[in-house]
Amino acid sequence: MSTAPRLTALDALHRSLGATMTDFAGWDMPLRYASERDEHNAVRTRAGLFDLSHMGEITVTGPAAAAFLNFALVGNIGTVAVGRARYTMICAENGGILDDLIVYRLGETEYMVVANAGNAQIVLDALTARAEGFDAEVRDDRDAYALLAVQGPESPAILAAVTDADLDGLKYYAGLPGTVAGVPALIARTGYTGEDGFELFVAPEHAEQLWKALTEAGASRGLIPCGLSCRDTLRLEAGMPLYGHELTTALTPFDAGLGRVVKFEKEGDFVGRKALEAAAERAETAPPRKLVGLVAEGRRVPRAGFSVVAGGQVIGEVTSGAPSPTLGKPIAMAYVDAAHATPGAEGVGVDIRGSHEPYEVVALPFYKRQK
Amino acid sequence: MSNPQQLRYSKEHEWLSAVEDGVATIGITEYAANALGDVVYAQLPEVGDTVTAGETCGELESTKSVSDLYSPVTGEVTEANQDVVDDPSLVNSAPFEGGWLFKVRVAQEPEDLLSADEYTAFSGN
Repeated sequence: MSTAPRLTALDALHRSLGATMTDFAGWDMPLRYASERDEHNAVRTRAGLFDLSHMGEITVTGPAAAAFLNFALVGNIGTVAVGRARYTMICAENGGILDDLIVYRLGETEYMVVANAGNAQIVLDALTARAEGFDAEVRDDRDAYALLAVQGPESPAILAAVTDADLDGLKYYAGLPGTVAGVPALIARTGYTGEDGFELFVAPEHAEQLWKALTEAGASRGLIPCGLSCRDTLRLEAGMPLYGHELTTALTPFDAGLGRVVKFEKEGDFVGRKALEAAAERAETAPPRKLVGLVAEGRRVPRAGFSVVAGGQVIGEVTSGAPSPTLGKPIAMAYVDAAHATPGAEGVGVDIRGSHEPYEVVALPFYKRQK
Repeated sequence: MSNPQQLRYSKEHEWLSAVEDGVATIGITEYAANALGDVVYAQLPEVGDTVTAGETCGELESTKSVSDLYSPVTGEVTEANQDVVDDPSLVNSAPFEGGWLFKVRVAQEPEDLLSADEYTAFSGN
């Protein structure tokens, strides 16, 4: 099936900035504007501006909204306070991960679920089906929002220049409605880069005005536009999983080392509970493979799908790999047999087009910002 | 961007300089360098290697992918650009100059290379 790519509200602006565009989950998105390494380093040291309008927003409202989300998702959404957010997952009945999500509690009975672009329809369909019997409404708001992100150590100062909102009072994983550059926005202190930063949900018709105001406010602080290429290396360094790579329907949250997002203690049943209880026990007693970090000793870059080897045997598979601008070496995330998953494990390598290149097994993340 | 008139070009986006004293210099075009993104690792053929027109002789690795390097000409490698091995970003910053890749003692004049104008039309850049 071939369909025309979807364009964000900022499409013309990206092209005027000379962006190299790429297809991502059916959207035509900026891959990079100039050097992706410069963009990566800008986010680590100053600030970067991203268009993330491909992300899928789904609004859930109604008296039973919290009870419904507790049933539909693996996290304990009922304990999220108004104005706060939670990283969570939606699983199939067999425990397989359908998507990882951020849920923002916007009001007493109003939540916004943000899904990955490639899974937004799946999540929407699953939520709609699971809402049956609950006094809650699931609304597709994908077209209601553009999403811009300002990420990096300078981002609080840049955003403060264009809003009166109380950013100091806005903690990590919190979100509040406000006005930014004269337009109404949901201001969230979230991101996918390992840096401090903000995500701004606005009406698509306001996206350009907001982008331009942030660009202007950030010019003296080193803010540059950033594409998906550096977003990927930033999240990889920060050890953050990417759906389709570290997370798939074939894995449970426990397999991915993210069992902590599953809250068995919450009230009532939830989709996948039984399978996930078994997965939790398996992970405790006989873990099959574990997600680890790999750091290259050489300069050849491991890519998703490459085999991890030890003693001539395949012991795992790379899920994401890239040259790390911060470490100055190739890095990867990989699932490896538990016997080889301890940091410092001897003799581990990656099969790079037939040659076994030595790699060091390390704990994730590769990079953690100094607070 | 403009492709230098004095060079010849392959459809694999390599360029070949004029042959001087039997030796020609080879690199990749600016179009190719932009398409790759930041080059982080260059595996070049070694001095003394024989390279064959249209066949792979090394690889260029960028943030997103790895690409085979093709030789546009047949002959023996006389020099590989150590500056590029040490600092692969030269391929991005100066693809037609300091970012050249290797030199070949040309055994056989290639016939199917493109002129600058033909390559510009071919690549759309």
